[in-house]
Amino acid sequence: MKLDLKSVDQIIGKYDGEDSWLVMILQDVQDKYNYLPECALGRVAESLKIPLSRVHSVATFYSSFSLAERGRHLIRVCDGTACHLRGFTHIKEEISRHLGISEGQTTKDKVFTLDVVACLGACALAPVMAVDGRCYGNMNAEKVRVVLDLYRREKRH
Amino acid sequence: MIAVFESKKMPLVKTVVNGKHIEVERDRWALDVLLEMGVAVPTLCHHPAVEPYGACRLCVVEARKGKWTWLTTSCDLQIREGLNIETDTPSVIRSRRMSMELILSRAPHVESLQRLAADLGVGRPRFGPHYDIGKCILCGLCVRVCDRLIGASAISFVGRGRRRSVTTPFGAASESCTGCGACIAVCPTGHIRSFVEESALNIETWNTRLEMIDCKVCGTPFTAAKLLESVQGRLGKGGSLERVCSKCRRLQMCKRLGEAFHQV
Repeated sequence: MKLDLKSVDQIIGKYDGEDSWLVMILQDVQDKYNYLPECALGRVAESLKIPLSRVHSVATFYSSFSLAERGRHLIRVCDGTACHLRGFTHIKEEISRHLGISEGQTTKDKVFTLDVVACLGACALAPVMAVDGRCYGNMNAEKVRVVLDLYRREKRH
Repeated sequence: MIAVFESKKMPLVKTVVNGKHIEVERDRWALDVLLEMGVAVPTLCHHPAVEPYGACRLCVVEARKGKWTWLTTSCDLQIREGLNIETDTPSVIRSRRMSMELILSRAPHVESLQRLAADLGVGRPRFGPHYDIGKCILCGLCVRVCDRLIGASAISFVGRGRRRSVTTPFGAASESCTGCGACIAVCPTGHIRSFVEESALNIETWNTRLEMIDCKVCGTPFTAAKLLESVQGRLGKGGSLERVCSKCRRLQMCKRLGEAFHQV
């Protein structure tokens, strides 16, 4: 796949091509493309003059980086201790059933990606899920459907 | 990045190893000192050519300084004044056994690991790998040698937790691998597979295939073209490499020596 890498160059320029900013650069690249494309990692390695193997190693180390293409909306379901006890499994199953995807997968129309994370830091609202960084607390199956439909409708406009 | 080993003269400090009082240069690695003294210390991730890493945890010792005692890997422990090292206390043995059992459970069929485990009194591991992970124990020797000594950085650790493994970027054929074989040479378990086929070197584990050069005497392919190129590049104009395999070179040398003897 051919990608326009101009924005990668711009991002690297913003950090003065300094290799100690690698994680920040990768975060910005992911914000731009929604995931980390192979060719973008190649360009990062080239511009920072560090081995591609090191860039790849860093990109696979952090779970917030994705090397696979993701949907426009990222759903993160919390499986921290509190959420786990208060019904994480039901929430996840409801999302899976509603969207037809399981953990780590993306819907065919590239709208939603489902991720399970260890803790979103909102244990008082357990069980919690977040869509694009926005937190939804005290979830149940009914609320899951409402929230997801909200984002799905957004797509049409 | 190529490692440079500086040898700075350090002052001698007093240390105790297993009750024996010795004087050693300050800042030396404890493991090196132990091995020099003839103390048996099991290791898997240690290699004198690269800096210590502390991955295998088999070289743990009990260190004591003043009233503090702690278990620590000796490969990355530096000798200081008044350091007391014990290598066979019950907690050292217990710790080594546990580490060994965990390592063995990753690759239970590797003979070199089985032997080391037997030496430490570890039998069949209680845990098992839940999926096939080959023979790799993630000691990181190949990664460090490729990066620090060879300077190719063709491989690295990928992923983390139980998914951590060593591969080339994206698991694709490596562009920077020269086929030097250093990773194969240092691997303690023989995880990295390679073979020669149709005058090409296949490093199967890294999904990399490299064209080889034929020996100009016997005609058998003997080294990767890329390796010859890279070594020539390092030598610069200072020297030229003969395209002769080691076997033929030895023969040539023997012949030359023989001739020299006859002349005398």
